[in-house]
Amino acid sequence: MSSRDQILTAVAQNQPPLTPLPEVPTFQLEAPDLVEKFSQVAVGIGSRVFRVKGYEEVQEILFHDFKANHRIISRVPELSSFADATLLEDRNRHQLANVDLAIVEAHFGVAENGACWVTEEVLGLRVVPFICQHLAILLPKDRLVPLMHDAYASIGSAEYGYGVFIAGPSKTADIEQSLVLGAHGPRTLTVFLMGQ
Amino acid sequence: MKTEPTKDHAALAHRFNQDEPRVNWHDETLWFIREKRDRAAFAIPDWELLRETASQIKFHTLSNLSQYLAQFEANAQANGITVHWAADAREHNQIVHSILQQHGVTQMVKSKSMLTEECHLNDYLEQHGIEVIDSDLGERIVQLAKEPPSHIVLPCIHLKKEEIGDIFHMHLGTQAGVADPQILTETARQHLRETFLTRKAALTGVNFAVAETGEFVVCTNEGNADMGAHLADVHIASMGIEKLIPRRADLGVFLRLLTRSATGQPITTYSSHFKMPRPGHELHLVLVDNGRSVQLGREDFRNSLKCIRCGACMNTCPVYRRSGGHSYQSAVAGPIGSILAPNLDMKKHADLPFASTLCGSCSNVCPVKIDIHNQLYKWRQVIVREGYADPKKTVGMKAMNLVLSSPKTFTLSGKAGRWFMKTVPFLVSNKMNPWYKHREMPQPPKESFGEWYRKNRKPHE
Repeated sequence: MSSRDQILTAVAQNQPPLTPLPEVPTFQLEAPDLVEKFSQVAVGIGSRVFRVKGYEEVQEILFHDFKANHRIISRVPELSSFADATLLEDRNRHQLANVDLAIVEAHFGVAENGACWVTEEVLGLRVVPFICQHLAILLPKDRLVPLMHDAYASIGSAEYGYGVFIAGPSKTADIEQSLVLGAHGPRTLTVFLMGQ
Repeated sequence: MKTEPTKDHAALAHRFNQDEPRVNWHDETLWFIREKRDRAAFAIPDWELLRETASQIKFHTLSNLSQYLAQFEANAQANGITVHWAADAREHNQIVHSILQQHGVTQMVKSKSMLTEECHLNDYLEQHGIEVIDSDLGERIVQLAKEPPSHIVLPCIHLKKEEIGDIFHMHLGTQAGVADPQILTETARQHLRETFLTRKAALTGVNFAVAETGEFVVCTNEGNADMGAHLADVHIASMGIEKLIPRRADLGVFLRLLTRSATGQPITTYSSHFKMPRPGHELHLVLVDNGRSVQLGREDFRNSLKCIRCGACMNTCPVYRRSGGHSYQSAVAGPIGSILAPNLDMKKHADLPFASTLCGSCSNVCPVKIDIHNQLYKWRQVIVREGYADPKKTVGMKAMNLVLSSPKTFTLSGKAGRWFMKTVPFLVSNKMNPWYKHREMPQPPKESFGEWYRKNRKPHE
């Protein structure tokens, strides 16, 4: 008998009598203002948050820290004047190691934990939000949901090869519980909440 | 690996306790994390409902596990994932090795996976000429120190930053005496970036696998699992068969609980959902039993398979905090490890269910409501029944049984005890008596309650 059949037989023999699968109850977020809640939590986990009207403001703010000689990548068409999208092919993935800033669009954000949902489709390459030194996420502010339950309701049965919730910059506290930002991924995360 | 199977938990804990300031530091560091967990949990009014829901979902999954495993396999395969089955640790290691061999890989980068610790994968691969580099910072540190992790979430929580500075000085060329976490982390970042960019194969663990979609979720703060998996040509993910959940929507429940319970964060920085291989590349998933189906059949202990590996029970445990993770000599230490390990090897881990005060704090913080302290108590009975208990304990229990089962011997031994403690106290208050360790013996009373009662009772009562 193969290991597969052996395991499945043993599990079937030993599993307890069937108990019901509960429906996930309806949970509510107490904070009424999602933008406020999201911003507060995101800043608490080390993100920078800006409320902006449009792409020009995004560029203006980013240009405080990044100059023309920095390597900036993005697939967002509105940012093509200063961000490059040409190298986003799998065979070039290792060449992204010296990207200073990557800018990606998120599908939505979650107010309770400051996380943004992005998928392979918007990233172009899966490694983009990890390999860059700094990451910026664009998020229409009317696309905030209160809780993770609402997040999965939004995702529904969507098809994707890869998707990730990103909440803050890469971090570690493995050395004596001292928080250090910039473990292996981006050293900073800037979230732009877009909209009037 | 520093394993000393001849010493039990109590002996290793005794050694850990020789350095009192260090024990206090260890204790306080872990309690600090427990407090962060409390603040995160108390901020959610429906926390208890979340725990109860998570517990029911997990128990339901266990009650239907064979069907969910088959469903998961079919969906994962339809997504293009290659699914492997491993009955035990050895088969798991062989499968991983054969995948690496097929691709001619001799160097692999690995993110955190307690399952691979349980299977001793690194040792196995090294014996077969394959170099493994652990990419989680804490795991890399203990790997360089040639130690196993002492905590499932915080692998090097037992080390002080000066010691980590010494390890980095020796292996990564930092200046002697540098102990600033910022500098040490930056050094590891540069060193491991080189590793990520040059490895053709990456192995990750799995936090949750979803039966209805065939996807799996990996949670990290550092981003190391993703750096490894997305840059390599081959991604291997190893998971215990108990990591399944039925629906994608169930992730909402578990991702809310996991990190709040583990570190007090609202969620890990990255919650990565792997559903299909990267176009043009291979994604392998190894489903591992290694004793889990046996534990599933133990009515008193199957609940332990609900565990989501948050580590909250360790951070709160008064014994773990004061004995350190290495004293458990098991990949998963602490209260949960003490109910999982005896299932794998009852003789080797017979000491672990006794490494507890049964205070129940572990059960109180467990996000999936495992009755950990009850199971510790039940394991003690199984271990004594099977003859694996510490002989000192067995002798003591037998003597106590003899004394307590006959009123005559009880009265007589009481008298003898009081006389000894009064007349020759050094006979009891010495190192030969384990009860005397860390305790003062009580002042012997002049008479027993029985003697007092016979003297003082009034005739009409």
